[in-house]
Amino acid sequence: MHMSNLTRADVTPEAIWMNRRQIIAAMGAGSLAGGIGFGARAQNTLEPHSWEQITGYNNFYEFGIGKDDPAKNAGAMKTEPWTVKVDGLVDNPGEFSLADLIGDIPTEERIYRFRCVEAWSMVIPWNGFELNKLLAKVGVKPEAKFVAFETAVLPDVMDGVNYPILDWPYREGLRLDEAMHPLTIMATGLYGKPIPNQNGAPMRLVVPWKYGFKSIKSIVRMSLVEDQPHATWQQTNPKEYGFYSNVNPDVDHPRWSQASERVIGAGLFGGRIDTLPFNGYADQVASLYDGMDLRENF
Amino acid sequence: MMEWIFAKISDPMTAIATFGARVSNVARKVPTWPVYLAGMVPGAWLIWQTVFGGRYIDPVRALETQLGLYSLQFLLASLTITPLLRFARINMLKFRKVLGLLAFGYLTLHFLTWLFLDLQFRWGQIGADLVKRPYITVGFVALLILVPLAATSWQGAIRRMGAQTWARLHRLVYIAVLLGAVHFIMQEKVWTLQSIIYLIIAILLVGIRLAWIRRW
Repeated sequence: MHMSNLTRADVTPEAIWMNRRQIIAAMGAGSLAGGIGFGARAQNTLEPHSWEQITGYNNFYEFGIGKDDPAKNAGAMKTEPWTVKVDGLVDNPGEFSLADLIGDIPTEERIYRFRCVEAWSMVIPWNGFELNKLLAKVGVKPEAKFVAFETAVLPDVMDGVNYPILDWPYREGLRLDEAMHPLTIMATGLYGKPIPNQNGAPMRLVVPWKYGFKSIKSIVRMSLVEDQPHATWQQTNPKEYGFYSNVNPDVDHPRWSQASERVIGAGLFGGRIDTLPFNGYADQVASLYDGMDLRENF
Repeated sequence: MMEWIFAKISDPMTAIATFGARVSNVARKVPTWPVYLAGMVPGAWLIWQTVFGGRYIDPVRALETQLGLYSLQFLLASLTITPLLRFARINMLKFRKVLGLLAFGYLTLHFLTWLFLDLQFRWGQIGADLVKRPYITVGFVALLILVPLAATSWQGAIRRMGAQTWARLHRLVYIAVLLGAVHFIMQEKVWTLQSIIYLIIAILLVGIRLAWIRRW
């Protein structure tokens, strides 16, 4: 599905969007246990970025390391048919077509802050479903402690994988309780449209309280495992990227500060804002890490 | 025609000298101001694009990286002038200062972009970055090194300082260009061919000087 022809006019008119957003926010607050809303800044700044910004400024090294490379190159990837392998400690392992895997899990909209480890941020209106619903479907065995994910490796359309930029395939993982958390979603859409390839079509992970690279794109494999899985950036540079990679203004990347972030689209003089612990979702997720030293487990 | 080509091949040194003399002749007739102007065109275009063009989704980042890259490119270009004279007999010495000053100008804009547009006057973070972040320290040191060089780039400075002292001071550019190329590599998340090539060019251009100095 090609998205490159879309213009500003194709995006939901702002008035309607705002309306819908308020409804979603209300639904979100009601439906999530424990009053999970959208974090401390929800009221004033959760204005979604434009389609052009979200789909034109991406890190997806399989398609090139420039921010505009994925938008230029990812169109060649075929996401239909798409097979996802589910294996490891699950009741129902196998290779599933995406449609079969998702089945009748309903999609909902989630407007999340997205904080890149490079210290920029956006607000993104995802469409997707809670990962825990998918995990319930595949059946997690009691011994499972982590979920591991893999991105597709398609050398014909992904020029990046022909070079040793990273150790392909791109891999990421979550602790099972992180994966089960209601804020953790699998996204299949953006602004109510199918998710564009450069954003991780046809299905990607979104973990809003972690740095963006944890939210692995174009997933072809999901494994339930007992030991902490391989994570690409952690493997590439363990001093700079931890397994958890929770957004944390107090733990700097060795080469740059994480205390603040530049909001994309704020203009030349507009926007650096303070980064919030857990990207503003501390109320919902901080308890997952009770008793852990977050400097050690960065 | 064949004879002419054969003559060129059989006597490459003469051919180079002739070619060099021709280029030098042209270069001598070109005043420096058009080169200054031409050198400012990419920067002006970039700034125009970021302010009015709407081409960049993240204009601050585009401005910051591109200004830094232009600076490195002009600095490397300025360092090719002397080897060109030595190896190819192409005399473009009068443009060396032009290229150097353009590099310094772009570097200053690069620094100001980081300071005011990227970090937005967050002085605490700026101070911490300068000290704690090696790649920022490296880039900043390169800038500091180039300040006295730019300040003594006018003709009178050579006379006042004495040619020898002036030349010795300006050898600091070799350190600055290496720091600049290292800074470019250090800020990246992964190794890229582009940044490695810049470092190799910088090492080659400085290496030539080391070889010359050792021979003196």
